[in-house]
Amino acid sequence: MSAVPDTFFVPKGVTRREFLQRLQAMGGLLLVADGLQIAKAADAPKYGAEGMPHGTVDNPLVFLTIGDDGWVTIVVHRSEIGQGVRTGMPLIVADELEADWAKVRVEQAPADEDKYGNQDTDGSRSTRHFLDPMRRCGAAARMMLEQAAALSWNVPVSEVRALNHEVQHQKTSRKLSYATLAKRAAKLPVPTPSALRLKTSAEFRYVGKGGVPIIDGHDIVTGKAQYGSDPWFKDMCFAVIARSPVLGGSVREFDGEAAAAAPGVQKILRMPAPVAKATFHPLAGIAVIANSTGAAIAARKLLKIQWDDGANGSYDSDAYRAALQESARNPGKVVRESGNVDTAFKAAARTIEAEYYIPHIAHATMEPPCAAARIIAGKCEVWAPTQAPQVTREDVAKHLGFPLENVTIHVTLLGGGFGRKSKPDFAIEAAILSQAMDGRPVKVTWTREDDLHHDFLHTVSAEYLRAGLGVDGKVSAWLHRSVAPSLATIFAPSTNHEVGAELGMGFINMPYDIPNLRLENPEASAHCRIGWFRSVSNIPHAFAVQSFVAELAANANKDHRDYLLELIGPARKIDPKSLHDDWNHGESPQRYPVDTGRLRQVVETVTHEANWGKTFARGRGQGLAVHYSFLSYTAAVVEVGIDDEGRILVPRVDVAFDCGPQVNPERIRSQLEGAVIMGLSLAMFGEITFKNGRSQQDNFHQYRVTRMSEAPREIRVHLIPQSDWSMPLGGVGEPGVPPVAPALCNAVFAATGKRIRRLPIRDQAKRA
Amino acid sequence: MELQINDQRVTVAVEADLPLLWVLRDLLGMTGTKFGCGMALCGACTVLVDGQAVRSCVLPVAQAAGKKITTIEGVGSTPVGAALQGAWQEINVPQCGYCQAGQIMSATALLQVTPQPSDADIEAAMSGNICRCGTYTRIRAAIKQAAAHAGQTK
Repeated sequence: MSAVPDTFFVPKGVTRREFLQRLQAMGGLLLVADGLQIAKAADAPKYGAEGMPHGTVDNPLVFLTIGDDGWVTIVVHRSEIGQGVRTGMPLIVADELEADWAKVRVEQAPADEDKYGNQDTDGSRSTRHFLDPMRRCGAAARMMLEQAAALSWNVPVSEVRALNHEVQHQKTSRKLSYATLAKRAAKLPVPTPSALRLKTSAEFRYVGKGGVPIIDGHDIVTGKAQYGSDPWFKDMCFAVIARSPVLGGSVREFDGEAAAAAPGVQKILRMPAPVAKATFHPLAGIAVIANSTGAAIAARKLLKIQWDDGANGSYDSDAYRAALQESARNPGKVVRESGNVDTAFKAAARTIEAEYYIPHIAHATMEPPCAAARIIAGKCEVWAPTQAPQVTREDVAKHLGFPLENVTIHVTLLGGGFGRKSKPDFAIEAAILSQAMDGRPVKVTWTREDDLHHDFLHTVSAEYLRAGLGVDGKVSAWLHRSVAPSLATIFAPSTNHEVGAELGMGFINMPYDIPNLRLENPEASAHCRIGWFRSVSNIPHAFAVQSFVAELAANANKDHRDYLLELIGPARKIDPKSLHDDWNHGESPQRYPVDTGRLRQVVETVTHEANWGKTFARGRGQGLAVHYSFLSYTAAVVEVGIDDEGRILVPRVDVAFDCGPQVNPERIRSQLEGAVIMGLSLAMFGEITFKNGRSQQDNFHQYRVTRMSEAPREIRVHLIPQSDWSMPLGGVGEPGVPPVAPALCNAVFAATGKRIRRLPIRDQAKRA
Repeated sequence: MELQINDQRVTVAVEADLPLLWVLRDLLGMTGTKFGCGMALCGACTVLVDGQAVRSCVLPVAQAAGKKITTIEGVGSTPVGAALQGAWQEINVPQCGYCQAGQIMSATALLQVTPQPSDADIEAAMSGNICRCGTYTRIRAAIKQAAAHAGQTK
């Protein structure tokens, strides 16, 4: 039985500054404890894509090639997780290039941020950050083709024009195809940004139109699409790993004899020891390598392992919930204050308070974490469904002890991501197991049990709200305490407050027109791996605030929509800094203020479209919620019917969404449809619980997600048209999720009079 | 052991109780059929065995021997499978796409028995297939479109 030498696992090579910069970019962790502050007063702030590691690249020679056959190949450097980036990003390049979409191929970039710019596919950032660079890229190539044609005809370039895959000289009715011009064009200098002529929006051929099928559609429906689990070689071996069930735990001793003797088993290997900072390090455990994944799964059951649980072995989510709720009832660190809250509460005609609880949620991507790796002549190739290609490459290199240039990460399609696959522990596992197998190709598969036991979970939180109302029912005082272990704990375990990015997700930047307000964030510590889950801290913050506003409206005996609009107040643009939000999704506060006019508009649109206020029979009703996140504005109206057994049926959901200009409206719609289902899933069923430090949910029978029979038959997405392309883009992938759970619970209240304050709902709608 | 997969005969040396899924994916390199749960709970691994939708992650390979196995790689050669694959693309059903092979296999089994399914028929046949991206409304629409298309071409 061989063990992998521990020396393979000593991280080295990456500078502290690079590490911290990426950390900051991932979560905007400027406020991390443990002395991780990196913002230097002397540094001018960098916003948007330029604030990300390796910024942006817009060089057409990097991103596109034109073949002799006329086919244009466009490189996509962001990961496809179902958001449609492999269609949307090339669409932008092709449009500025004046390419015929029917002659466009798409190629996935390997991990290489020096070459392509930032590749971290999370934070609802890809299109927001790369619309402009990709436009410049396509426009530069178009102008180089025009220049090449002008040189060929010996005419001024002002007389020629690129149009649909060819360049024309109208005066002489001459035409040259892109195929003919490509070689000459590629040798010309790339125009400088100031020399570029970008299209006007009226000239767009594909952008904003939405008539283009998804690029991978045919491969997906015919089984040809390549996901992280799909690389296959004849000499490949297949691994599963028994991992420590408790965060920070380790293997005390193990007996692998029976497993080693099982059919098809090739090797039993000990995984690296745990480290103090979880980061993306593989968990301690024992790997079983066999001639098929099925054989490895069967043999793993025969392992006899004695675990040393370590400090988190007593983690119990029931006890933890009680402790969080107790913290939320007591004062904590003040993160924003205005007016005089205490005086206003004393003067209030009525005081209303409520507590909300949102549990751990697992990503449960349909493709569980998985990766394949092989090493030939000191060079490692990894095939991974990763949202963070560069981090994957750096981490694999560190763990193997290889220079970065000897590691290639092939980014496959991702069978779901939702933030889980930003953490490349699974890819590191494949690489170190291949190394232990003398470079043979190894595929690591996480079973669904592995996935639910060892996820980087969505945080767990207790939210306490108290409001003082005047005699007119208006809010005169507002106190909100949010308590949740931070995702920064995987990097800095002693972090005990929400960091800037978490506070800035619908808590600290709540833009309502309330004169006296205090927001507090009491302490919390983490006992499992906390990670970012689609829309992150917006989930608990939106659930608490949007549920509470509905409670206040009901208490004041006012219509929820009217009350909400009054609370939002008049249309105005608010500087996030005035809300103590220094993060603002990494974007410039001038370019991206919080616009209450747009917030009002999505509320008005969704209630109009959903016919808000119509009367329902007993046991039926509508619920409303609105939330600003990832620089976009989303409002939802959920309609429910509760049957005699208390089962909640959701026949219809309406969503109004304003993300600024829309590159590919068809995929924006699909993202919002999906966000509705994911929001309903987490509201109805989503919960991971812990006993003795161990996740208690094994598979989809215990961690339920919404199925077709439970899904709305109708999801109506209402996109707010924005035709001004100088307006900055908002995010799309995540902002659909946060308003769904509170809108659903508000609908349950409308239908039954029962207020849901703790997620998941499960059978709480049953009549007593 | 001899298997008949997508009208081709294949011989594999394999333990009788190894689930069919791993024979397809790991021994034969036919990776279109996906792993999702290993307990017949999610439907990602759905294939047809003698026309019936089965979860290959729990089907011992020996039980499929001598029967007609159809996977996503072969279903397009049937009229129903082809109609569904076409409708899936026209409606842009997939997001990440990982579950869609299983969805199409379950939908094929449905339309072969019930060519004009009601909403309730669709829900009954498709609720064993999870889509975490949440493409259910489009799956429903695509099944109806494929059914309507097949109805017209009869």
